[in-house]
Amino acid sequence: MAQFRVCPDSGFYFDKSAESLMKANAVAGAVALLIAGVLALGVILTRWQEVHLLPADLFYQVLTAHGINALIFWVIFFEIAILYFASSTLLRTRLAAPRWAWAGFALMIIGAVMNNIAVLQGNSSVMMTSYAPMQAAPHFYLGLILFAVGALIGCFVFLGTLVIAKEDNTYEGSIPLVTFGALTACIIAIFTIASGAIILVPTFLWSIGYIGHIDAAMYRVIWWAMGHSSQQINVAAHVSVWYLIIGVLFNARPMSEKVSRSAFLLYIFFLQLASAHHILVDPGISSEWKVFNTSYAMYLAVLASMIHGLTVPGSMEVAQRAKGYTKGMFEWLRKAPWGNPVFSGFFFALIIFGFIGGITGVVMGTEQINIIIHNTIYVPAHFHATVAVGTTLTFMALTYLLIPLLFRRALFLPWMARWQPYVFSAGMTLMILFMLGAGTLGVSRRHWDMDFTGAMLSFEYPGTAYTMMAVAGIGGVLGVLGGAMYLIVTVGSLLFGKKLDQSAGLFQSFGVPLASSTYDVVQPERLLMAPKLTVEEHGSAGFEAPGTFVLAMALLVCFVVYYYINWDYLASVWPLS
Amino acid sequence: MSSFLPPSERIWWNTPIGKQEIVWIGIALVWCLIMFLMMPYWHIYGKQNLSNEAYQTTPAHYQVKVDEMVAKYKVGEEAGIPVVKPPAGSDVYMLGRLWQWYPILELEKGQSYRLHLSSMDWNHGFSLQPVNINLQVVPGYEMVLTVTPDTSGEFTVVCNEFCGIGHHLMLGKIYVKEN
Repeated sequence: MAQFRVCPDSGFYFDKSAESLMKANAVAGAVALLIAGVLALGVILTRWQEVHLLPADLFYQVLTAHGINALIFWVIFFEIAILYFASSTLLRTRLAAPRWAWAGFALMIIGAVMNNIAVLQGNSSVMMTSYAPMQAAPHFYLGLILFAVGALIGCFVFLGTLVIAKEDNTYEGSIPLVTFGALTACIIAIFTIASGAIILVPTFLWSIGYIGHIDAAMYRVIWWAMGHSSQQINVAAHVSVWYLIIGVLFNARPMSEKVSRSAFLLYIFFLQLASAHHILVDPGISSEWKVFNTSYAMYLAVLASMIHGLTVPGSMEVAQRAKGYTKGMFEWLRKAPWGNPVFSGFFFALIIFGFIGGITGVVMGTEQINIIIHNTIYVPAHFHATVAVGTTLTFMALTYLLIPLLFRRALFLPWMARWQPYVFSAGMTLMILFMLGAGTLGVSRRHWDMDFTGAMLSFEYPGTAYTMMAVAGIGGVLGVLGGAMYLIVTVGSLLFGKKLDQSAGLFQSFGVPLASSTYDVVQPERLLMAPKLTVEEHGSAGFEAPGTFVLAMALLVCFVVYYYINWDYLASVWPLS
Repeated sequence: MSSFLPPSERIWWNTPIGKQEIVWIGIALVWCLIMFLMMPYWHIYGKQNLSNEAYQTTPAHYQVKVDEMVAKYKVGEEAGIPVVKPPAGSDVYMLGRLWQWYPILELEKGQSYRLHLSSMDWNHGFSLQPVNINLQVVPGYEMVLTVTPDTSGEFTVVCNEFCGIGHHLMLGKIYVKEN
């Protein structure tokens, strides 16, 4: 028998088993983020050449573990929690097969621990990408496989929950937009994990000697079908969370359900073979294939992101204007709750993801421009803007929302929470911009020593490159500080935060359910459709969100200018054909 | 609100689209198509394109070709690595291995060469500095592209694909001389 509690603050219904699973997954994600963050300090303080903290072997080991914990374990644990929230909680339904969900969680934990142990033992410093024929210990691959199987179970639990909600008729009409976005993430996750299985299972068999040879080029194509698509899970998930946050904070409704949902559909239809971005300067792959696949078939998935870039802040603007913040272009934004980390985290994530992550991603994913960017430190700069700020900061903002609603705790050190998105964004932006600059000067990624100490030949990067890496180092340290503030607030809230009513002690925070008396609802009432809006008259141009349109045009101008600056730069290098 | 409630239309496809969104989608779509067309455009009118020429090979087979070229055109030695000056317009070979680019090439400015690249062991990254041309060098595959150095001087090949503990030791040289 399903049991629900009604959150007195939000009115959300939490299914007992779903609630525990969300907590467990979110906490596991935060632990992975803690590990990734500590390791990040080692990476950034080594790349900052004047500090050059770690010796080479330790640096590559730390970099491997940093990448895997941040890009895989942290985000996917958290996304599983989001899937359960978007299905069970938002649709007011019991979670499908909670025992399977726990089994999946257990597999993910075992896999994550196993992989981390492999890297810790020192024979698996192969970077997250583990390009064959460089070989890691067998349990490095096995850990990833178990983790992926666990995540796959989570995806099917999510789908099962949607089926149950439909069967039990828990909602009217279509699923909410946030659930729709989560479903997008889930579908992408399933084909991502399938690609992962196709490459990691043979690689595992190769590492224990059952397969003689893994083709290096094939490995890169298929591995990236997992590696890049997995980042699109993040995009779909964090865009869904953006819609959730503006819904909760501003009572915003999407400008048009049709537009936002169609944009999610574009993600599903045009994402596959996202591996193309990573093999643009590889041998043996034709230009036609590269052009078609790197642009996600004529950039229709980029179009989707540009649409969300308008509709997310646009929906917020419409809601704010309805509340009376109508002065000028930007009163709706000026009067937003900038002191609330849920808002500031979300908004900084949106801006940095769009302006930096989005633009640099498309630029370096252009077939020919990739020649001047491939494997330079420009690449990690790009994905720190998309994942380490876009996704991570969004999930941080969501955490500040979930601490009271899900964990029933008041925020610990609210002043620190208030400043956290500012410190994190400022630090990360500084790091990202200067890494982009250093990458443009040719500084290599995944490289221990830009002085090349001990090499038989010598080379010196320009002095500016050193300055840029040093400023990036300062930014990175500030970013780690921002990450630490997040973890202090989160862990502090779970341990010492004031218990909100319907709380049942310390352990509930770490996944143990609340006292059973809290769950007094057997079946929540049916979720009704959003009320219809009466059609409103608009201004002469008929633009509901003019401020957002200005922002969107600013994005476009930056995009176009920066895009052609890079073509111009490309035109200056040696002719190649 | 309705971002986490079922939409007010039973069939979401039937919800209306505002003018602003239509305008933006139109602008964005045009921009996406321009970006898409830039790539084929550059293939036709641009000067920096990778060839589609590549062959499957083996380290031993590739090594033979490199050694032949070195034996024929060796003009000197630097840090134990032969310096090779093949004739303009010819096929020139470079290999990446742990942790060295081999051999050192001497080219003439303004002349075209068919540059062959392959790896003897793991993936390596051919990163020509300070021109900043970056190519992936994959074991088992021989990439061929025509390069026309249009600046003279000393150029360094940095390995920018992680290849183990000596990754940072892996440098190569290409000298471009005025003719």
